[in-house]
Amino acid sequence: MNKLFESSKADGLQGALNVSRRGFLVTTSTLGAGLALGMTTRPAASSSMPLDEVNAWVHIATDDTVTIRIARSEMGQGTLTGLAQLVAEELDCDWDKVTYEFPTPGQNVARERVWGDYSTGGSRGLRASQQYVREGGAAAKMMLVQAAADQWGVAASSCSAIDSVITHGPSGRTTTYGAVAANAAALPVPTKVTLRDPADWHIAGKPLKRLDTADKLTGKLVYGADINLPNMLCASIMDCPVMGGKLVSFNESAISAMPGVKGAVAVVTDEGTDGVAVVADTWWQAQSALKKLPIKWDLGPNANYDDATLTAMLEEGLSADEAFVGNWGGDVEAAFASAETTVESVYKCPSQNHAPMEPMNATALFTKDRCEVWCPTQNGEAALAAASAASGLPLNQCEVYKTILGGGFGRRGAGDYVHQAVKIAMAFPGTPIKLQWSREEDQKHGFFHPSTMAKMRGTLDADGNLTGLHMRISGQSILAGLMPHALVEGADYLQFQGVIKAGLNPAMDDHSICYDIPNVLVDHAMRNPPIRPGFWRGVNVNQNTIYMECFLEEMAHAAGRDPLEFRLALMKNQPKSAAVLKAVAEQGGWGKDDGMGRGLAVLHSFGSYVAACAEVTVDEGGNLNMHRIVAATDCGIAVNPQQIEAQVQGSFVYGLSAALYSENTLKNGEIQEDNFHTYPSMKIASMPKVEVIVMPSGGFYGGVGEPTIGVAAPAVLNAIFAATGKRIRQLPMRDQSLRA
Amino acid sequence: MKTLNVNGEPVEVDADDTTPLLWALREQLGLTGTKYGCGIAQCGSCTVHLDGVAVRSCVMPLAAVNENTKITTIEGLSDDGSHPVQQAWAELDVPQCGYCQPGMIMAVAGMLNATPDADDAQIDSQITNICRCGTFQRVREGVHLAKEITLKSKGEMA
Repeated sequence: MNKLFESSKADGLQGALNVSRRGFLVTTSTLGAGLALGMTTRPAASSSMPLDEVNAWVHIATDDTVTIRIARSEMGQGTLTGLAQLVAEELDCDWDKVTYEFPTPGQNVARERVWGDYSTGGSRGLRASQQYVREGGAAAKMMLVQAAADQWGVAASSCSAIDSVITHGPSGRTTTYGAVAANAAALPVPTKVTLRDPADWHIAGKPLKRLDTADKLTGKLVYGADINLPNMLCASIMDCPVMGGKLVSFNESAISAMPGVKGAVAVVTDEGTDGVAVVADTWWQAQSALKKLPIKWDLGPNANYDDATLTAMLEEGLSADEAFVGNWGGDVEAAFASAETTVESVYKCPSQNHAPMEPMNATALFTKDRCEVWCPTQNGEAALAAASAASGLPLNQCEVYKTILGGGFGRRGAGDYVHQAVKIAMAFPGTPIKLQWSREEDQKHGFFHPSTMAKMRGTLDADGNLTGLHMRISGQSILAGLMPHALVEGADYLQFQGVIKAGLNPAMDDHSICYDIPNVLVDHAMRNPPIRPGFWRGVNVNQNTIYMECFLEEMAHAAGRDPLEFRLALMKNQPKSAAVLKAVAEQGGWGKDDGMGRGLAVLHSFGSYVAACAEVTVDEGGNLNMHRIVAATDCGIAVNPQQIEAQVQGSFVYGLSAALYSENTLKNGEIQEDNFHTYPSMKIASMPKVEVIVMPSGGFYGGVGEPTIGVAAPAVLNAIFAATGKRIRQLPMRDQSLRA
Repeated sequence: MKTLNVNGEPVEVDADDTTPLLWALREQLGLTGTKYGCGIAQCGSCTVHLDGVAVRSCVMPLAAVNENTKITTIEGLSDDGSHPVQQAWAELDVPQCGYCQPGMIMAVAGMLNATPDADDAQIDSQITNICRCGTFQRVREGVHLAKEITLKSKGEMA
């Protein structure tokens, strides 16, 4: 048995969060009883829990409570419940007695990464772990059945199990998982298991309710922002407002007499952050003092950078001679030379912050031989590495306790806020420090979805067939900024998400183009401005699908052809993409003459096939009314259809918020939109009704959280064109007339 | 020290009068169900009830409340998650990340206090909370279900 697990179990404090060996109770003061962090999801008293796990994925208490270990992060996308369903499916346990816990990244390191990859992004939560978590559930079941068979002195093959009850067929004797779990734990873990055909699933594949809802309705769920440790102090931080700038000095004496203030700390991290934090008894005191703290900055080399500079850089890239190629076929230049009709359009998408509802935060406790961090993170192991790097302590002297995230959207894959929290905690050894960013800090120091432009050129023959297409993307590479080791001879193939040539890069085949165009060239002029880029829900499909799907409608219009028929003619070898497109067209009333403007979009990305049909009107005053959107998803195998529906609906809010309102601009190197009044987000009144078609065709696991973002904006933009004849080519839409 | 009435009980807070109610609730009273989202009354994550009316506590200084103001937070909306809005939210699995939902639930409960039969137009005009996960469609369905649950429970009581 693993020591770390023994320790935390002995403390009786496992649950949604594991608490350290020091046995810190996380308490809330005065009103209400003390709240033991992590106990909130456990239905039964943990005192009945034996020390033994069945295997790494499954712990079963004597009262039959099944605790399933979830390595990936939960940020609202429902991965937690889906993973538990996959384990429970093979385990054949009683779903009503299932709860969950997050094994810590430190435990994963100590156990030779028994839980695999903790990184939660790229819509990989289920599809990249489904195989080994199902195997974990199946192995645990075999061990439980074997333990019962051993107890009865019969052959395991004569026993069966369902709903946590094991039955010996010939005698009819029964026992429960909880009764044999301790004995099962002592058995060797089987190395060969047989997994159930998804067609026979009874827990996975069903629209079960989430495991993490109850405490979200009562305020009991402890997010990172809610962490409260004994003797904890709170910190608020301000980083240099211009990327690449530095803190010169600050005058601590100006605030040292303010209520609760314990001090001000310069915070410089390996992540390139450079700023100052104020530490106080409460966050409100820290924040109030930080606002009054005199600070001198050296704004650095980017102090004059503004949006005009960025736009000029992107425009130059549109016609630059050199570019990385992501898709090619036939002879585009020959197609242009012989074209009957040529169409050219330039599109632009803005820079955008993630803006999760819970601003960045992390709580750190540092002593000379240990560093512990409590935080919402999309990548627990990266947070552990950040704790180690920032503290200078080896990994095995660090630990991270993950909370459920108040939104992630890609932002919380980064470790900047963990580095900062640890650096501040190092100035207060032995005292836990909760670093909470203000919304303003969160807005100004994001990892921004890069602004890009695209020059689209297309050719038609005399019959109106698309004969050639050149898509030139100009803009910032996320990989160049965040993980340059992932570039391939300088090229960022992720830049071509949704439009890349199949087979060009094995890692990118989940995002290959869904059209067969006789002569095609897609290339990328990499132009990297001094802005931190980031993976933003949907990543590069967001803008690429706008460029491709809007321009194909422009080509259809130029050809005088129906946009649906025009697309399908290019999809003869893309049956799955064609199927989702036809499904939304049919349910969405495509072709109806009822005064509605309808627009389509289709995309293959994150391993799934998605499409949307939007139905809009635009009134005389130019006001957009999005009446209805029909969206289809073929994710191969659907693990929880009602959560797929929720993700698809939410994708329209995130994607259309971006298309309608969201833009970050730079003036004198500083991000200008510092809160929701200048960086608006969609509200309930503006959300269109979304009808979701889940149409899994079987045989593969596709992602769900992100692909639909790609089709949200272009479907609506195409519908606006159908309603008004106005083609919007620059986002966001706000402040633009939607009438022709 | 100042006395407040929170979730039906008198409590003492040790903070100056300019401190927003949000931070007194979270940091003085440990009621962390009320969330910080923006600090400028734009997102509604901090929504609580003052005498049954939904307000954004992040811009409500302690000076604006006294011991006679009945303050209700998500923790005090019901003893056991049984308020009709909470029941509806559970039934429809409304939350995604859930961070905005205490504020969303308090905003909806406040609206239904004043307009128990709120229609879609009233939902549109009165529920202006931001949810970045995009749960709005289920929020809307949840409001209508909460109305049904309330009606049904009244019928059973009659």
